[in-house]
Amino acid sequence: MTNQPRHSPDAGHSGQPGSPIRHSAVVHHDRGEVEAVQDALESAMAACGYSKASLFAVRLSFQEGIANAFNHGHKNLPPHTPAKVEFAVTPDEVLIAIEDQGPGFKPDAVADCTLDENLEVPRGRGVMLIRAYMHDVRYNDKGNRVEMIFRKPAG
Amino acid sequence: MPSESRLRIRKQDSVVQIEFIDRNILDEGNIQMISEEISRLIDAEASPKLLISFANVDHLSSAALGALITINNKIRQKNGQLRLASIDPQIYEVFVITRLNKLFQIHESVDDAIKSFG
Repeated sequence: MTNQPRHSPDAGHSGQPGSPIRHSAVVHHDRGEVEAVQDALESAMAACGYSKASLFAVRLSFQEGIANAFNHGHKNLPPHTPAKVEFAVTPDEVLIAIEDQGPGFKPDAVADCTLDENLEVPRGRGVMLIRAYMHDVRYNDKGNRVEMIFRKPAG
Repeated sequence: MPSESRLRIRKQDSVVQIEFIDRNILDEGNIQMISEEISRLIDAEASPKLLISFANVDHLSSAALGALITINNKIRQKNGQLRLASIDPQIYEVFVITRLNKLFQIHESVDDAIKSFG
């Protein structure tokens, strides 16, 4: 069964020049729901003139944030537990917020996967990839909400 | 009923050559299917020589990297060899950021990778 994402009343493109294209949705651990938000995000970025490289960076970070929410945040919760996803896109930057309903985690406690002794460990790269590709990454105190900002490269 | 393969597989001169059908290797369900299919290929070989081409791949996720690490560990347990080839520069950067370019033997082309097998 596929649950359709519930979009907020302001979901979709604002269409106003200079105002951010905002989107807010409640998504379940469902490929179709996640891709619907991702498609909306990428359409907004395309409308604001972001490059293919920027789309790559944001898509990767978005996917890693979603994976962390459902695979780690909701690990011990019922499988249909939804997460909240918001984004705001302007010609200068992309803000994405992903909030799960889990107990939270301490991002600084995640082992450094680039150390020689951790290279063969198959997990733990999502958080570092988000940090590598996004310009600003913040977690709330509880550790169940991540906000990430991508700034359009100059030129 | 067996699920549809997400891979193109052919064996040439003892090397199992694998190509992805999907352009995006992001979805965990797909990654698990791909991982299981490659694991079966490894199980079927006494000393597996696997070449995975990323020629068609535009995006991958950390879950895909994790699957590759598990595959690499499995091949090494059987004294086999794994080569990766034809990785798009944007995706290669993901390997560099995670330092997995140090763990895997990565070649520019499938031909280069084939020549590298011992």
